[in-house]
Amino acid sequence: MTDFLLELRCEEIPARMQLKASDDLARLFTEELAKAGLKPAAIDSFVTPRRLALIARGLPLETAAVSEEHKGPRTSAPAQALDGFLRKTGLTQDQLEDRDGVWFGVVSKPGRATADVLAQAVPLVVRAFPWPKSMRWGAASQTTESLRWVRPLQGIVAILGEQLVDIEIEGVRSGYATLGHRFHHPGEITIGSAQDYVEKLRACHVIVSASERQAIIAERAAQAAAAHGYTVIEDKGLVAENAGLTEWPVPLLGDFDPAFLEVPPEVIQLTLRINQKYFVLRDGEGKLAPAFICTANIEAKDGGAAIIAGNRKVLAARLSDARFFWEQDKKTRLEDHARKLERITFHEKLGTVADKVERVAKLARWLVEEGIVKPSPTVAPALTVTPALTVTPATPVTPAKAGVAGGSAPTPEMPAVAGMTKEELTDLAEQAARLCKADLVTEMVGEFPELQGIMGGYYARAEGLPDAVADAIRDHYKPVGQGDDVPTAPVTVAVSLADKLDTLCGFFLINEAPTGSRDPFALRRAALSILSLLNRSDLRLPLNKALGQSEGTHFLTALMGDIDWHSKYGLEVEDDRNFRVEYEKRGRILYYGDKVIDVTPGPPVSALYNGVDWDEPDAASLLDFFADRLKVQQREAGVRHDLIDAVFALGGEDDLVRLLARVHALQSFVATDDGANLLAGYKRAANILKKDAPATATSVTPAKAGVAGGDAPPLAMPASAGMTYEKEPAEAALIVALDAAEPRAAQAVADERFEEAMAALATLRAPIDAFFETVTVNDADPAKRAARLALLARVRDAVHNVADFSKIAG
Amino acid sequence: MLSFQDLILTLHAYWGKQGCVILQPLDMEVGAGTFHPATTLRALGPNAWNAAYVQPSRRPTDGRYGENPNRLQHYYQYQVIMKPSPANLQELYLGSLVEIGIDPLVHDIRFVEDDWESPTLGAWGLGWEVWCDGMEVTQFTYFQQMGGYDCKPVAGELTYGLERLAMYIQGVDSVYDLKFNDAGVTYGDVFHENERQMSKWNFEVADTEKLFRWFKDCKAEYDQCIANDVPLAAFEQAIKASHTFNLLQARGVISVQERASYMGQVRDMAKGSCEAWIASNADDWSEKFPGWTA
Repeated sequence: MTDFLLELRCEEIPARMQLKASDDLARLFTEELAKAGLKPAAIDSFVTPRRLALIARGLPLETAAVSEEHKGPRTSAPAQALDGFLRKTGLTQDQLEDRDGVWFGVVSKPGRATADVLAQAVPLVVRAFPWPKSMRWGAASQTTESLRWVRPLQGIVAILGEQLVDIEIEGVRSGYATLGHRFHHPGEITIGSAQDYVEKLRACHVIVSASERQAIIAERAAQAAAAHGYTVIEDKGLVAENAGLTEWPVPLLGDFDPAFLEVPPEVIQLTLRINQKYFVLRDGEGKLAPAFICTANIEAKDGGAAIIAGNRKVLAARLSDARFFWEQDKKTRLEDHARKLERITFHEKLGTVADKVERVAKLARWLVEEGIVKPSPTVAPALTVTPALTVTPATPVTPAKAGVAGGSAPTPEMPAVAGMTKEELTDLAEQAARLCKADLVTEMVGEFPELQGIMGGYYARAEGLPDAVADAIRDHYKPVGQGDDVPTAPVTVAVSLADKLDTLCGFFLINEAPTGSRDPFALRRAALSILSLLNRSDLRLPLNKALGQSEGTHFLTALMGDIDWHSKYGLEVEDDRNFRVEYEKRGRILYYGDKVIDVTPGPPVSALYNGVDWDEPDAASLLDFFADRLKVQQREAGVRHDLIDAVFALGGEDDLVRLLARVHALQSFVATDDGANLLAGYKRAANILKKDAPATATSVTPAKAGVAGGDAPPLAMPASAGMTYEKEPAEAALIVALDAAEPRAAQAVADERFEEAMAALATLRAPIDAFFETVTVNDADPAKRAARLALLARVRDAVHNVADFSKIAG
Repeated sequence: MLSFQDLILTLHAYWGKQGCVILQPLDMEVGAGTFHPATTLRALGPNAWNAAYVQPSRRPTDGRYGENPNRLQHYYQYQVIMKPSPANLQELYLGSLVEIGIDPLVHDIRFVEDDWESPTLGAWGLGWEVWCDGMEVTQFTYFQQMGGYDCKPVAGELTYGLERLAMYIQGVDSVYDLKFNDAGVTYGDVFHENERQMSKWNFEVADTEKLFRWFKDCKAEYDQCIANDVPLAAFEQAIKASHTFNLLQARGVISVQERASYMGQVRDMAKGSCEAWIASNADDWSEKFPGWTA
């Protein structure tokens, strides 16, 4: 057994590609060897900016000889079949054995020298290497067929034991020689075997292990910071990136003029991290420190003084730019910045960002006016009776946020302005919405797009806007993905919801709903964010109505740009608050004030938004989309999606908070003994009814139980009508139980007391069990049979008050 | 310490020794040294080509009226192109840094991934930006395509930002404080007024009606050049159109929608010139390099 060393040396490999390349090399190499029956005991992988290497341990010097028996055609088969078999196996007919009329032949492959296998395998691995981007180079690139590699391949070391494995790939020939550190050890060094590879290179200022370089960077950076009383803000990605830019990492600490700290900390952090790949530091109080750590690739002759001086200078120039942007941007009020949004296209079919802002402002206002977003989310409704507070928006209650160093700012738990009135909230929400995208045209966000929202928040505060508005501008993109803070401040919630509803509704209108893995406008994320916002603050949002409202604003944007249509209907679209869409039985109705302008199907204009056809309005598909998102979100919270289906299947539910409450109650219920048995009884009843479908067709009308508004469903059968025969005791008991449970469950659902509804259902469990135990449904007497089937239908319908149990698994 | 002009002379001497033809700048307004036909057109075709030159580069929108110490609407690039890319191009490049006084055991030199793409030229390549103590001093690119054609063979291109490099070597914070020579003339003495006036012209004065007309004229003249089989002349019209477009941008008179259309026209002219250049040379090239095809 022996070890094999492979090093593929090239010009600097992009840092972001190195770790995957290292894994790919080990994988492809192992696969190639496996084809020859070789399996290394272990593979050690190494990667630096200039080399990709591995050591395969425990390889035999030869592969084992292999004999394989192949089954051929029948001896009676035509000659062509036998010829084909001989060609395939390389055998001759006299080597075959006739076993019960079938030809068998044994193909023996002798063992091969491992060195030969390797010499064959390595070029295959190199040529098939899956670099994300590769290139041609040098004289060989006279043709496009020449070797492609991430950057020019310069050398190959391939040593089995102590023997060179002779490999040549496009003029690069394997040898014992490699290069050390580019500057510390530019000459060739000779590798003897896998055993001395790591240490010989270390002696030449190359640490071949990526994880070791990472550990060195993390440790020395921490030490350097500690020496100045600072701590490093942890950043594993940055550690890995710097380890991918160095063969001999040397973290060095430098400082910058504390005067730059007047620029928002997020800006400084991004400048250091993104532009310069520096580590960011915190001082003893947790604030951003006026210092940085860069990672050099040399042990400099002067101890790093020149490197630090150079980096300080570069950073100072960058921070000066940042400060210039900060000061420049502040000279213009956000509302003036916002005017320039007319120049930015949001989507060619959905108008400009200014159009979007207009819609979001209307929607945010509507959300408050409708009482969906309320002034004090953290106070339970019963407690809002407290005397009206006289806090004016001008006296902010939340302390100004201290310079946050590190990650996104946490969302304040407290509403920024406690005790504001609904009218105040309405105006603040609209104001914040009108300004929320203004920072997109600032210099700073042009430079650092990641700071959208955050900068708007700073600029709003700097010009003295209310904190609630500044917070809303800052946080209205939140939550971005799972795990992000979910805003609760009412102004923020209104703007954030409006922004996302507008996006979703708009893209559905222009038929850009996500399909499969394609979701270019991140609509799934937008829907999830809406769900999180609703859940977090327990908001009651009738989605149909909200989507209708949002659609109305979209129509309006289009309308504004389409004078003909507008005049055709004799509309004065100057003040447009009255514009809305409602979903009614006859379809989607577009209102202007009380005037019906249009009834679905289809919008009256096909030439909206620069002649682009709108898709058929499809609120149902948007609701389904929300349902799917809800399942995804709730699955992670441990809620069974079949239970969500069971509630959704009833139809008519578009209030997701209420829906979830019902699902939660249902989940608790089916986990109980009563619940499980009731489910079993329900399924039994449903099965019998299904078999007997024609006979009971009249009572199968689905009960739209307890939908919004809480109308009790019409009972499928009168309580005990048509029962002229002598009822058996269990039958009679079930009727009594149903008479009691049905109204109780329906009322509880209407009152949104879902535990109570479940408790009502639970009372049915014993009578149902007893019924099935002692009563024969399929009685010879057709009257009895019909009555009992009707009774079962009643059971099913009673259960449907709460959920469609047929959707529940188990 | 090297003056600005000595920096250029040192690089000329160094790259001349490596076999490069030392050219003079293209006598037209361009946004970058890559536009010089010595790079764009010579990157195409099979024959070897090694050249180095300084190229004044104009980026009207970068003008700051001479008030920003780091930004100029007119600055210099030092451009090296070597085709095919030599195996030791990185070493040659590092040798040039040593030559101008940057000791790689004192200063931290790094090759940081930075792929290059010029939609206007239908060109792209892979390479790095070279960092010296955290500052980008050179763009290092292996051209893979030019004018939409595969580079066969691949050329290596180096673009040094001369002012930046000089500021670093001389340790000054403002470009205008650079020593231009050793006789007391500064970069500011030579160019400060130029920046003020040209920024004003670019942003405020330039007659946009004329500019639009010039652009149209360039396009018409380009068509004529192509029709008459003079691809080098056609390419010059593409260059003029490109700069005129940049001026229109600086004047802020091109809307977002129009922008794409103008860029498309420039790209078509640049690609068309490359195509015509290849066509006019194809016979010669395949005769000298049997088997070579575009």
